[in-house]
Amino acid sequence: MSALIILIGFSLLAALGFLGAFVWSVRGGQFDDDYTPSVRILFDDTINPLPSDKSTPQTASK
Amino acid sequence: MSSTIAIDAHPPVVMDEFQYDNKIVRNFAIATVLYGLIGILVGVLIAFQLAYPFLNFELSYTTFGRLRPLHTNAVIFAFVGNGFFTGMYYSAPRILKAPMWSKKLSYFNFWGWQAIILAAAITLPMGLTTSKEYAELEWPIDIAIAVVWVAAMINLLMTMVNRRSEHIYAAIWFYIASFITVAMLHVVNSLALPISLFKSYSVYAGVQDALVQWWYGHNAVAFFLTTPYLGLMYYFLPKAANRPIYSYRLSIVHFWALIFLYIWAGPHHLLYNALPDWAQTLGVVFSIMLIAPSWGGMINGLFTLRGAWDKVREDVVLKFMVVALTAYGMATFEGPMLSLKSVNAISHFTDWTVAHVHVGALGWNGFLTFGILYWLIPRIYATPLHSQKLANFHFWIGTLGIIFYAVPMYWAGWTQSSMWMQFTEEGLLKYPNFLETVIQLVPLYILRGIGGVLYLVGFAVMIYNLLMTAKNGTLVETETARVPSVASSWKPSKGEYWHSRTVERKPVLLTVCALIAVAIGGVIELVPTFMVESNVPTIASVKPYTPLELQGRDIYVREGCYVCHSQMVRPFRAEIERYGEYSKAGEFVYDHPFQWGSKRTGPDLHRVGQKYPDSWHYNHMEDPRSMSPGSLMPPYSFLLDAPLDTATTAAKIRAMQTLGVPYEEGYDQIANRDLMKQADQIKGRLKQSGIETQSDREIVALIAYLQRLGTDIKGNNGNVANLN
Repeated sequence: MSALIILIGFSLLAALGFLGAFVWSVRGGQFDDDYTPSVRILFDDTINPLPSDKSTPQTASK
Repeated sequence: MSSTIAIDAHPPVVMDEFQYDNKIVRNFAIATVLYGLIGILVGVLIAFQLAYPFLNFELSYTTFGRLRPLHTNAVIFAFVGNGFFTGMYYSAPRILKAPMWSKKLSYFNFWGWQAIILAAAITLPMGLTTSKEYAELEWPIDIAIAVVWVAAMINLLMTMVNRRSEHIYAAIWFYIASFITVAMLHVVNSLALPISLFKSYSVYAGVQDALVQWWYGHNAVAFFLTTPYLGLMYYFLPKAANRPIYSYRLSIVHFWALIFLYIWAGPHHLLYNALPDWAQTLGVVFSIMLIAPSWGGMINGLFTLRGAWDKVREDVVLKFMVVALTAYGMATFEGPMLSLKSVNAISHFTDWTVAHVHVGALGWNGFLTFGILYWLIPRIYATPLHSQKLANFHFWIGTLGIIFYAVPMYWAGWTQSSMWMQFTEEGLLKYPNFLETVIQLVPLYILRGIGGVLYLVGFAVMIYNLLMTAKNGTLVETETARVPSVASSWKPSKGEYWHSRTVERKPVLLTVCALIAVAIGGVIELVPTFMVESNVPTIASVKPYTPLELQGRDIYVREGCYVCHSQMVRPFRAEIERYGEYSKAGEFVYDHPFQWGSKRTGPDLHRVGQKYPDSWHYNHMEDPRSMSPGSLMPPYSFLLDAPLDTATTAAKIRAMQTLGVPYEEGYDQIANRDLMKQADQIKGRLKQSGIETQSDREIVALIAYLQRLGTDIKGNNGNVANLN
């Protein structure tokens, strides 16, 4: 069943690529800080923030 | 003696200024809304076509078989695709704190994508289709898709390289994984041998084509409908709630587990089909494992609102997002259950699958898109949403629409399966006439259509609401952002080589380029080696199609017959009783592309050859209800008069020869002679039944194909020949 060989080949290729990306991200310190990133996206850093009904983000309690 | 102490001066923080482009976001949002409307309208029409066949309007362009692919492509690639780009072009610059790398690539992505959608909207009703579900578009459009998609990917990756935020937020990971994987899936599944500008044959055949198609079909759902939208969820839900995601750590686990597991689950679309058992089992095992990361994502999203459920009561955006996540959770629990063989035996080919698909599409993709649009449009137009009441109305009628859609389809699925499988005490089929099960479903099809109408009404209300919101405000085309420059915010530690910015740039590009290069190499090297010489066990009595049958087959493909009819008798007692011997892998080795179908609105056709006389087929195509009272099948009377284009016969034979079908050398030169001989024979048999027709009509070719189906392993007396 050669199509299976091809599909498994491509799937392994994708999986290995993702594994490589994973190793890269771990060694690059992407996951050293697993809290700040979730807060950082709440700020857009715009000079003139667009009107919003919320002024400050609420931090989720843990 | 006095001394001085040197004080290290901290370098000043340098601020960079740049603009976010809201215009591209607005453009994609408009496209999202427009195509969502069209996709749902076509969906409502085809839903009612199943209950009222006259709604096919007796035109080739508007039959269910051609419109259903239009509906799926409009919803998946036009609505969800544009919805993804809307969210990506808004969120990626703000997450990475950098404008998109290339404005030209951004607008190339936008206009290129719209051009592709337009091409699909034109070609599908014209009957230009490869018949591969969710991948029906012909080869020039496939190339355009690959180009536009990769261009958008490059734009995002280069923006990531230029980012001012060291950390790459989870949403971006989801976007990147989607781009890379969909590109690979699309290319592999689209490999075809063109014979003209809008006709091609899959390089794979039969079982192998089915495998590749559903590897794509499953993963298109995974990496087009799911991972991009999870990325959007990770950005827009926290923004809408103004709270950080519940557990950022969980998002990391969610992402990496999901992308490792998703790619292996495709075979669960082919259980009990003519596929190796171990491949089916592989698909099942990975499907069950998928519950964990999928539900991890749902939990992460819903728990972000923990302690803030009062907000959900007030904020319609959060309402939409909560239902979206709940639908995601339901669909990703049901999917693994449907992959279990005992459940799949019930659900496959029935409307249960339709219910499952639409909980995901209407609930997860639809509602998340609505939530994002309701949050986004007021922001980029700098004005409050026109009407909260209308938005809430949309929410409730949309939810009702989903319920009215899904519940009747679950009911229909169970009805179909139980009626198909039941035996009397005497051991005979309790419902031998397939039509009995079809007629039973009509009220459920009407209810499903009503569900579609409710959803459509909500959608129309949203359009009005967003239009009025835009009218009340002015588009903020760009927003200026001030962010610490890279030099100010990135502080490589001494000895921390891996934190070096220059190194961090390269591994990503290296990974992507390596993947692309190896994929291309793999395609070039593997495909000719494996595909042209089929390794599927052959059955000696299986022969290539005759030229007339091949032409008839292309008409079958063009009209989308596979949308309602399967060609796969499963090894169940009820199916063998109803249709004949179960289907063997070796019977499909010359099928470029395979036609197993995934839905039985009508009966399976794999053993229909020689079951009815030619005249039955002729009358049935002209008016299905003349031969099958109560049938929901659209009339195909236009086939009776349409001339068969025999000019293409030689090219088709040569293409098949290139793909490994063993026609004798030079057969293309004499193929039309054999074609006319066979057509004259059919004409003669029709005449004996009192039907006058010319031998060069399309109906004759179609009859030839239908009479051929499943006959290779039948002996002259109609019984199954000895297969030893």
